[in-house]
Amino acid sequence: MTTVHGGTVATATPPLDVPAIRAQFPILERTVRGEQRLIYLDSGATSQKPLAVLDAERHFYLTSNAAVHRGAHQLAEEATEAYEGGRAVMAAFVGAQPDEVVFTRNATESLNLVAYSFVNATDKARWGSPLPEGAERFILSPGDEILITEMEHHANLVPWQEVCAKTGAVLRWIGLTADGRLDLDRLDDLVGPRTRVVSFVHQSNLLGTINPIQPLVSAARSVGALVVLDACQSVPHMPVDVAGLGVDAMAWSGHKMLGPTGIGCLWARPEVLASMPPFISGGSMIELVTMERTTFADPPKRFEAGVPMVAQAVGLAAACEFLNDLGMPAVAAHEHDITGYALGRLQEVPGLRIVGPLDNDMRGSAISFVMDGVHPHDVGQVLDSRGIAVRVGHHCAWPACRSMGVPATTRISPYIYNDRADIDALVEALDGVGSLFGVG
Amino acid sequence: MEDLYQEIILDHYRNPQGRGLREPFEAEVHHVNPTCGDEIDLRLHLESVAGVPTVADVSYEGQGCSISQASASVMYDSLVGLSVDDALESLGRFQHMLQSRGQESGDEETMGDAVAFAGVAKYPARVKCALLPWMAWKDALSRATEGESHD
Repeated sequence: MTTVHGGTVATATPPLDVPAIRAQFPILERTVRGEQRLIYLDSGATSQKPLAVLDAERHFYLTSNAAVHRGAHQLAEEATEAYEGGRAVMAAFVGAQPDEVVFTRNATESLNLVAYSFVNATDKARWGSPLPEGAERFILSPGDEILITEMEHHANLVPWQEVCAKTGAVLRWIGLTADGRLDLDRLDDLVGPRTRVVSFVHQSNLLGTINPIQPLVSAARSVGALVVLDACQSVPHMPVDVAGLGVDAMAWSGHKMLGPTGIGCLWARPEVLASMPPFISGGSMIELVTMERTTFADPPKRFEAGVPMVAQAVGLAAACEFLNDLGMPAVAAHEHDITGYALGRLQEVPGLRIVGPLDNDMRGSAISFVMDGVHPHDVGQVLDSRGIAVRVGHHCAWPACRSMGVPATTRISPYIYNDRADIDALVEALDGVGSLFGVG
Repeated sequence: MEDLYQEIILDHYRNPQGRGLREPFEAEVHHVNPTCGDEIDLRLHLESVAGVPTVADVSYEGQGCSISQASASVMYDSLVGLSVDDALESLGRFQHMLQSRGQESGDEETMGDAVAFAGVAKYPARVKCALLPWMAWKDALSRATEGESHD
């Protein structure tokens, strides 16, 4: 058995058939920068989409396109079924009930939806405006505390800074160890009676670190804080079951898990969702509307104002089915193998330093690194000239970069369609980088 | 890729000209490229030479890719000693070349080493790297000369 994500994955899981998987992604057949074969190692930014996802969207537009939840015609009925069916598939994928999953534009919006629940409940309470039952847990007072970590993506940092700026709450954070793990030694000092939210990333998009959920959940539980999980980099890469995690809410995006852009998800416990005031308001999210006031629909519709992204929901369901067919334990095992291989090979490159955990335990496939004397942007450009697509910069985790003592990194983030040969090509290309810039 | 990493650019990257923050200065600015995290601190010192406002010094510290760092070095070589009006013209030529999507190769006669950045214009993601120090300089100029006009 191999520990991958706090649970175990049987090493007996049959390996992924990478060539067969690649055949489902026509974009991987194209060449770039002349006649270079594309080696796509940027799935942490966005994954490629298999034919099944593209076909599902096309089929929806070809046969059933209509606005959902309205209209007295057959197409509207079919579109509604397709949309709600997509929700059911997505929910089942993370072990949730359909009504516990809200479709958003992306994971950033999902996290904002939670953050704005605090802002809006606090504002409405101030004016004595009606709030859903149980909304007290979202009303903040000056001096209340929000705990995050220093490895958050800006999407799980900036919204909380905004909440603090609007409510007088105070932002606190768990720092990082030198190898890019959470420094939990001070957890007891950071969680106290004023802690109202503990929001953290499951797998760091910058460092690849997989965070232990249990200690944070129990610390938060001991003071009654709401636990929010940013699962953008975990749901696509490992089995994630909300029932087992113990968190209150979880955000992730569709486009990083083979699905279309323009759709993200928020899962929350039904009683949590029910107590959240609306975020974006308008059509579709109402119960009764008069000129004086409006009452709101139950979740998830309360949080889905306007015509939703139906084709994207259909595509996302197809992505879930694609991953289900591979089996998420097999996906995790594949990535565990390629990550271990990449960690070893990268450390053979002269002048290269990995930013993040070096051991392959509780670690995902996103691997950041820096090279002596060569800026990450230049490393990325050289790799691009060899057809290798990586991401460079601060990866929307600027404070995490600062904490790790680097202005930026080059990051690879392999996925189901990558194999060891892609890592070999990467290492070969990296070997020439130092000499080009006169530092090798 | 040889278009991008011209030997002149790599030379300036390895041996930057005019680097370091110096006194005196009339304006100091801090510019960042928020998409990639490149940063530059830049100071501008102007002097009147025979009644003509002149760029007496441009001093800078920064961190970033070879393109942004080499561009700062080339900017130093290009602008120091020029009248403010001529420096603004140099900036205009550099900006025009970089925003031409590779259509303008630049005039070596008037632009010197700065023409080496013509290839950068073919890589849209890198144009902002090359422009970062020049935009910082332009901002510093407007701060140093607030209330005056340059036409």
